[in-house]
Amino acid sequence: MSLSVKTRAERFLATLRHCQVLGLTVESAQDNVLIMRLPYSEQIVGNPVTGTVHGGSLTTLMDTACGTAVFSSLPGFELCPTLDLRMDYMKAATPNRDLYAEARVTRVASSVVFTECEVFQGEERDLVAKCAATFMRIGENMTPPEFRALIELGSDVTPTGAAQ
Amino acid sequence: MSFETVLQQAQQSGNFQPLVDGIPYANLIGLKFQRFGQDVLFHLPANENNIGNPILPAIHGGVIGGFMELAASLHLMMTMDTAALPKMIDFSLDYLRAGRHQDTFAECQVWRQGSRVANVAITAWQTERTSPIATARAHFLLAR
Repeated sequence: MSLSVKTRAERFLATLRHCQVLGLTVESAQDNVLIMRLPYSEQIVGNPVTGTVHGGSLTTLMDTACGTAVFSSLPGFELCPTLDLRMDYMKAATPNRDLYAEARVTRVASSVVFTECEVFQGEERDLVAKCAATFMRIGENMTPPEFRALIELGSDVTPTGAAQ
Repeated sequence: MSFETVLQQAQQSGNFQPLVDGIPYANLIGLKFQRFGQDVLFHLPANENNIGNPILPAIHGGVIGGFMELAASLHLMMTMDTAALPKMIDFSLDYLRAGRHQDTFAECQVWRQGSRVANVAITAWQTERTSPIATARAHFLLAR
């Protein structure tokens, strides 16, 4: 069974509990470019006066967008932990508007994957934040089989490992 | 009441709990803190909703980052005479170990506070302070 890049990305995202809390969705996914959406909500506000979202929710958006782009662009089922993230906050996000992250895999090496990402709002692509993130490759055989099942079979399978 | 008023009251009384309670993102991830004179210890209790990888299970890296960012800005407000919420310019985060589904702690060190910019280092750990799960550095634009 061969899954599309978007299906792989969506199933990967579906396993991440905190991303469900934030309401992250995959808007589009190709071989090495992925767009993820963070809907505006009251719960992620960092500045109660202006209603601006907290940078931490953008950190999660960018880490997840880059990580999902890495996962769905690699040939096998490799879980790649984040090695580091460097974020630049260009301006405060406009309240009541959704945020979009466009993540790109720039280089896949044998041990490390390099990515970059931009967060913007609206059709005019108003740039809010940028990020460069690096991921470690632990190899396909180090990825737990339960995790592979979650991706291959989708949401029908519950993560039995999580309760142990 | 405006956030600036809440901040001013907190700085005068030394009670920052109402200020933290007023930040929705802090409530979402469940940030807590304890002050020991000039030292502040930040605490992120284990929370199912903060999990990323369900198999390990591990805290989402973005939540660890958000916790450290929030800790750094609160640390500045608690220890410096800043009139408004400091604005984060950039944030550089190194993950050293997986953040397990358990309590996480963070402490901050202000290495330099200039007239406009502050440089803050943040360390996060779980079981042992000397084995951090992540270290980070942030630059903030200070309100004038």
